[in-house]
Amino acid sequence: MDQDTVLVMENISKSFPGVKALSDVHLVVRKGTVHALMGENGAGKSTLMKVLIGIYAADNGRIIFQGQEVAIPNTATALKLGISMIHQELSPVPYMSVAENLFLGREPVNKLGLVDKKTMAADTRKLLARLDLHINPQAQMHELTVAETQMIEIAKAISYDSSLIIMDEPTSAITDREVEHLFRMIRNLKAKDVAIIYITHKMDEVFKIADDITVLRDGQHVATVSAAETDNNGLIRMMVGRELANIFPKEDAPIGEVVLSVRNLTRKGVVEDISFDLHRGEILGMAGLMGAGRTEVIESIFGVKTIDSGEIMVKGQRMHIKMPADAIKGGLSLLTEDRKRTGIMGVLSVQDNMTIASLDNYAFGGFLRKKVISDTCQQEKSRLDIKTPTMGQLIKLLSGGNQQKVLVSRWLLTTPDILILDEPTRGIDVGAKSEIHRLMSKLAQEGKAILMVSSELPEILGMSDRVLVMYEGRVTGEFVRKDATQENIMRAATGNMTVMA
Amino acid sequence: MTTTNIEETKAKGLNREWMNAFLKKYAIVLILLAMFILMSVLAPAFLQPRNLLNVVRQISVIGLIAMGVTMAIILTGIDLSSGSVLAVAAVVAASLAQRSDWPTRMYPNLPELPVIVPLAAGLVVGALCGLINGALIAKFKIPPFIATLGMMTAARGVALLYSDGRPISTLTASFNFLGQGEVLGVPFPIIILIIMAVITHVMLNNTRFGRHVYAVGGNEQAALISGVSLDSVKMKVYTYAGLLSGLAGVVLASRISSGQPGLGSGYELDAIASAVIGGTSLSGGIGTVWGTMVGALIIGVLNNGLDLLNVSAYWQMIVKGAIIIVAIIIDERKNR
Repeated sequence: MDQDTVLVMENISKSFPGVKALSDVHLVVRKGTVHALMGENGAGKSTLMKVLIGIYAADNGRIIFQGQEVAIPNTATALKLGISMIHQELSPVPYMSVAENLFLGREPVNKLGLVDKKTMAADTRKLLARLDLHINPQAQMHELTVAETQMIEIAKAISYDSSLIIMDEPTSAITDREVEHLFRMIRNLKAKDVAIIYITHKMDEVFKIADDITVLRDGQHVATVSAAETDNNGLIRMMVGRELANIFPKEDAPIGEVVLSVRNLTRKGVVEDISFDLHRGEILGMAGLMGAGRTEVIESIFGVKTIDSGEIMVKGQRMHIKMPADAIKGGLSLLTEDRKRTGIMGVLSVQDNMTIASLDNYAFGGFLRKKVISDTCQQEKSRLDIKTPTMGQLIKLLSGGNQQKVLVSRWLLTTPDILILDEPTRGIDVGAKSEIHRLMSKLAQEGKAILMVSSELPEILGMSDRVLVMYEGRVTGEFVRKDATQENIMRAATGNMTVMA
Repeated sequence: MTTTNIEETKAKGLNREWMNAFLKKYAIVLILLAMFILMSVLAPAFLQPRNLLNVVRQISVIGLIAMGVTMAIILTGIDLSSGSVLAVAAVVAASLAQRSDWPTRMYPNLPELPVIVPLAAGLVVGALCGLINGALIAKFKIPPFIATLGMMTAARGVALLYSDGRPISTLTASFNFLGQGEVLGVPFPIIILIIMAVITHVMLNNTRFGRHVYAVGGNEQAALISGVSLDSVKMKVYTYAGLLSGLAGVVLASRISSGQPGLGSGYELDAIASAVIGGTSLSGGIGTVWGTMVGALIIGVLNNGLDLLNVSAYWQMIVKGAIIIVAIIIDERKNR
């Protein structure tokens, strides 16, 4: 092992009941570099990292950290060695302050053994200033935005003065400006010889920040290359093991009559005066920055939140939607952005999750026909190529992409006319992503109307027939496909009114 | 490695997986079996049919309310009021089932009523208490722990007020049959328990409502967005739990031929213990009727066996407490 290497993981294997999550994986990380770990969901990236920080014990293999073979039985040991991790799922303590969250488990104490709040506040202020974060140390975590919470998690990981920091999709909840900020932090860390293992699905980030790239596929090591030696397509090829013919398989679909019209939809202080039409066969993209009010608009349409004024018409009929059940009856469906919080029921089976919105279809005289349900689920499984050992498997044990497919299936089984998809491909791997895009195209061709909220500009540009742009609760732009350019959308998303006919 | 070797390893792996799955699913039954064998060895009287029937008779009341409690827990709720609601139903039912030749009847001018009347009255009173619980939880958004804690205290007060703090006794023979009768040698309360267990099981597994219960417990927000009416599911679950408590009250009053306002005190805790020992998860979405029934049996066998072994009542409480904790530890481990 040479002097420049901080971490070597050798022949790491790990099995779970029914799955071989890792087999003989190796990973070598050099000091002061950013090492991107890539692969589709379920490729084993998270498992490998959990082995590294002591959440899982590997079945075999060894870990050499800073020249010494180490055993890491728990996260405390990992932290002591100098390995910290920013988890993909944020886990702040909501009713404690920023300072208390940062120093959780290592609070400074005074002579009496009580928590030294002054020192804690001062240290927090110093840390935040060093990282150029303008967040009040005394603010309660639940008062922060998602992006701020994410930045605090990053600050926390940095504050351990680790020599290796693992970042699991650190940019999934933050805006471009904050991404730039994060990258500056990462460059500073690199200058101090800190190594970063960076997990992401976003290609542009990898090429912007990574030095080395290791690709995993199906729990196996595929390749380790230097970022300079590969490109977008090469990387995708390694990840999926096949060429993706077209990243955005949008095909033309005949645009039909208006099926959904929203008029002057208003929720005071949240969304103002939203009006738009959605046609059969159309994919309408809804773009905007985080907090622009897009999710709030669709939640209002779907009856999750009540509106103050405005009208919703489905196929020319005025709808009175008081709760989601009413919307579903009207032929709407909503794939929510936060799979874990508002999508899956983790401890329920794949089958239960898939059929929960369409149970009426299988109920005869009040009783459910189990045979019809399981047949339907098997069909859906093969139609969407959902990877699960059985339909009785708990959905939380599936990879993110497969969970998302189950949720798509949940809604298709209600035979909706209108599909509202909120960040349909967030946090899922390229393979599943393009499958979902292809499915959207196909559904539009079948005459479904699709309203897609997305924060990924390439997705908006690639999939939409028409684009609505929101800024601070209002629609600030509307573009047909040919006028929808990155520049036009960004201009509207930052508050410059440019409504085009 | 040759192909055969690989296949052998695979088969071994599968076997182990299958064993693990089996143990996970039936750990609780194995514990019951182990206790059964242990008790039979230590106290030969345990295995006598009369004694075994006695065990089941004793758990029939707890078993009824435990099913309702299970459903509340699946919803990430709880029902602390079941013991008190049982008492209200017991005194109301008993007051409508007194023999006409008894001089100090509660309603002196009431004719002797057919058994269906006190039975229905007990069920309605129970369901009504449950409906109030459900309304407090669903409409007023009061945490189930608090709503049912309030009901626990208030319902006990209602039972005392209604009966003026005295037992209501000397009940008709037809009413007494509910708790004391036998059909083909099987005590009637056991038959009631089995019927209700089957109904509840089918309701949870084979109806839309049942799947909605698990969905709401598994993830309330996701269930709402999938078109489940949260309020309606919650109201129905707590009303049904109340109904079961009412039925348990009728059965208990009948068994002891007397409606007493102090009945069922502390039963809610045994019911919660049964549900939890039976694998119902306090974080919601997980729980089965048969699991809870096994849980109730474990408590029943424990009570009975320790009695037969002449273990002091004080020690019995300690052992019971320990068993509950051990069951949860096992449950936590298997869910990891």
